[in-house]
Amino acid sequence: MNTLLSVANVDAGYGDFQALFGIDLEVDEGELLALVGANGAGKSTLLRTIAGALKPFDGTVRFAGEDVTAEPDVRRARKGIGLVPEGRRLFASLTVEENLQVGAATGRKGPWNLAKVYEAMPLVADRRTRRAARLSGGEQQAVAIGRALMGNPRLLLLDEVSLGLAPVVVDQLYTALPGIRAEGTTVILVEQDLNRTLAVADRVACVLEGRIVLTGRADRLTRDQVTAAYFGTGTLPEVTSS
Amino acid sequence: MTWINAIVQGMLLGGIFAMAAAGLSLIFGVMRIANLAHGDLMILGGYVASVAAAHYGVPVPLTVLVSMIAVGALGYLVQRSLLDRAMSLGELTPMLVTFGISLIIPNVLVQVFSNDAQPLSTGSLGTASIDLGGDLAIGWFPLITVVAAVAVLTALHLFLHRTQPGRIVRATADDRTTVRLMGVDNRKIYALTSVIAFATVALAGSLYTMRQGGVTPYEGQLTVLFAFETVIIGGLGSLWGTLAGGMVLGVAQSVGAQISPDLPLLAGHLVFLLILVVRPQGLFGRSVPA
Repeated sequence: MNTLLSVANVDAGYGDFQALFGIDLEVDEGELLALVGANGAGKSTLLRTIAGALKPFDGTVRFAGEDVTAEPDVRRARKGIGLVPEGRRLFASLTVEENLQVGAATGRKGPWNLAKVYEAMPLVADRRTRRAARLSGGEQQAVAIGRALMGNPRLLLLDEVSLGLAPVVVDQLYTALPGIRAEGTTVILVEQDLNRTLAVADRVACVLEGRIVLTGRADRLTRDQVTAAYFGTGTLPEVTSS
Repeated sequence: MTWINAIVQGMLLGGIFAMAAAGLSLIFGVMRIANLAHGDLMILGGYVASVAAAHYGVPVPLTVLVSMIAVGALGYLVQRSLLDRAMSLGELTPMLVTFGISLIIPNVLVQVFSNDAQPLSTGSLGTASIDLGGDLAIGWFPLITVVAAVAVLTALHLFLHRTQPGRIVRATADDRTTVRLMGVDNRKIYALTSVIAFATVALAGSLYTMRQGGVTPYEGQLTVLFAFETVIIGGLGSLWGTLAGGMVLGVAQSVGAQISPDLPLLAGHLVFLLILVVRPQGLFGRSVPA
């Protein structure tokens, strides 16, 4: 497997506040990696650092074999890193369809276009003429994912997909995931629900207080191991750095 | 009949206000900058047209294009060299920069061209009119300015709502950091916005100068007020509101002038204040920003 993303020894944060300490992470092409951790552990900061929205204090981010540490978010988006940001951040005065069209501004060619997003997410298709400000939380999240897909990313970063949403709605969102992966898109997912995470992920990385304390294949990790890493309790049975 | 005439003339005048206000509204909408230099840029546009005709022999109708290109290019330079930097320094900084520009423009104009009016004549077109019977006549030139205003606002509307760059401009207005995640450099969108806004205000200024027969350095202090009043009367964020706002202001001034020659400015300000009290969101504005 080719390594698509490699994060090496990254320290990052905001101003005087350091949120990430010496993060090492590798993600293979086509893989689905889930980041697990408590609120404030640094998962969103890590995604923002990968997307280039946040400059790390130290360390390197390599994407598709290229050092992109110095490249801003705009350039990384065009190279194929798509972030669905925390809080969805839709363009409120634009319609659903217009939001999706703006997503295509990366100028990248690929399988995703309006028709295909509508097909993958019927929830979005039904609302295409509605202003984004008038959508429910679940609809907003679906549009945010569709908008990122319109940019035809090689690496899709999904931040807190199910935050504040009803389980039924989250189920609907997750039905789109196999379709996204079928296109070969690599995914890094931040999710609070452990069962769901272990069900969909190839690999899991647990973040605790800005450090990765446990990584492993989802089918080989037990719930107890992940829980221990999540809360930082007990001894960690197996700690690997990649 | 004189009253109907006053209303019609006011509506014709309103076209220029609407054109001037469109750029102000656009810059505020996308970059959240209250451009205090907007009136002076309009006057600068008039000077460019006038100088092009008087000193370089450019045919009068083409001076409008010359002015739009020159001032539009200035918009790019100002945005890239001054406003981008100012925007990163704080909310109020860009407004102070535009205040500085609003002082520099008229003073430079006085130094170079003196306080005398810089003439720009449209020749026989300036006085030609269509007689509608009675005392009612519509001047050809004012009519052209209104048609130009409607054309500019329509083109802007179509650009913003029917094209991909236009959608991206609106998306940037909504959320300037999130568009970056879509591969859009928000500063390029600011530059595009400034070019459009400066070019339209140059068009307004050129037509204003032709309508008045000339232009003087300090007129920007008044026209900036008209532009702000037009935007607020019409409602922020609505281009059709801007057209309506320009018409309302134009009619108020024109009817005021009919009552007494001292009144046009006061009448305009009073109508503006009245709308601010009765309908603060403006005629076409949304009460809740969506």
